[in-house]
Amino acid sequence: MLSKRVISCLDVRNGKLAKSVRFVDTKDIGDPVEKAREYYRDGLDELVFYDITASSEDRGIMLDVVEKVAAEVFIPFSVGGGVRSVEDASQLRLAGAEKINVNSAAVKDPDLIARCSYAIGAQSVVLSMDVKRVDKTPQIPSGFEIVIQGGRKPMGIDAIEWAKRGEELGAGELVVNSIDADGTRDGYDIPLTRAIADVVGIPVIASGGAGKPEHLYDVLTEGHADAALVASMVHYGDYTVRSLKDYLKSRGIKVRMPRDLGQQGPVGTT
Amino acid sequence: MITIVDYNAGNLRSVKRACDAVGIESVFTQDPDVVRKADRLIFPGVGAAASAMATVKAHSLDVALAEAKARGVPILGICIGAQIILESSEEDDTAAIGLIEGKAVRFRLEDPGLKVPHIGWNEVRVERPHPVLAGIEPGDEFYFVHSYFPKPKDPKRVYATADYGGSFCCALGQDNLFATQFHPEKSGPLGLALLQRFSKWDGSC
Repeated sequence: MLSKRVISCLDVRNGKLAKSVRFVDTKDIGDPVEKAREYYRDGLDELVFYDITASSEDRGIMLDVVEKVAAEVFIPFSVGGGVRSVEDASQLRLAGAEKINVNSAAVKDPDLIARCSYAIGAQSVVLSMDVKRVDKTPQIPSGFEIVIQGGRKPMGIDAIEWAKRGEELGAGELVVNSIDADGTRDGYDIPLTRAIADVVGIPVIASGGAGKPEHLYDVLTEGHADAALVASMVHYGDYTVRSLKDYLKSRGIKVRMPRDLGQQGPVGTT
Repeated sequence: MITIVDYNAGNLRSVKRACDAVGIESVFTQDPDVVRKADRLIFPGVGAAASAMATVKAHSLDVALAEAKARGVPILGICIGAQIILESSEEDDTAAIGLIEGKAVRFRLEDPGLKVPHIGWNEVRVERPHPVLAGIEPGDEFYFVHSYFPKPKDPKRVYATADYGGSFCCALGQDNLFATQFHPEKSGPLGLALLQRFSKWDGSC
């Protein structure tokens, strides 16, 4: 049986780790390569790097981070932020990213999903969507609206429809990020996650709001998510990846519990 | 020295990085003569069977792999490399290399809650002992990302299975050829250990 995944998201700005609270305040909290190594050793299932500056001059810095991580961390990881073309996607893949993440560029140019999917395969294309709760209208019947620019710009697109469209266009996975919950540590948006997970045939990664181990349990059960994304709750040391997995396992969730291979076991880091 | 067969199939560099990390020397090649004469081969890949086969044939790598197999050198197939060593794939009805009898088939899942592709970590159950799988214990998980899986005709070719809406073959082999549907290069320390064992395997089982 497939395990539920615990994924951590590292926001990277100018090659340094940053963490946003409700997408506005950002402060540097360390070296992304060091953090990736630490989580890998602790049994993390997957990593997401989000390049939050993503201007063209910073692209080289990010590729350098990706190459360093790929040389030491032997779990899948994806990279997003500033992926606007197949060339961007291919460059990141070549640098060692297993998957690429598209977000606002895909909202503006949905065919980008199809082009990336054709070029590097659906399994390597993750559609990230930032979603805000709004009043239900004929245009947004679910009350979940796609937003960009860290939630500042509403796009007039219903999130449920966008998720289905993303799957049709060739995305292999979805990251559903609640702008309302992001950085609050009050828990994931369960109704949002579930509404999307129930209408698509591809895995859904819940994002935004994780603050306690119970939140992961809730979104992986009631929220029908395939994976839970965590950030500040592990970045600041309140919880370890291992402690989250121990908790989930104790509640009957199937998660990967890495085995200690001892001194002889290769971990690929020196 | 491991020769990694390069046919523009995506995860080649990841495989090389994993080999580097555990001190296994490796080189890439597209040259069928190099494949033919290699001491040890990895045949990796992600993506679609038809495009993979088109590239393999364009470089005569199918013939070279068959010769390498006949010569008895250890060969490790990974992911699409575990599928196109069979005779055919259901994916776009593709004729494949045919080193092992059987075909790659798509998941047919009755449970609508189970999604395709099968993406993530799943438990690998060893069905028959094999030197490359030595040391894998019940509960050990590896990373998968695929919609098709290998189905050898002879059940004795199946060395490991995993469960996803039913049991499916995730490691197969015949003589000096061994292949995994999962990705050892993305499966953490357990995957690196598997690559290490492959690097020392003499090709007999």
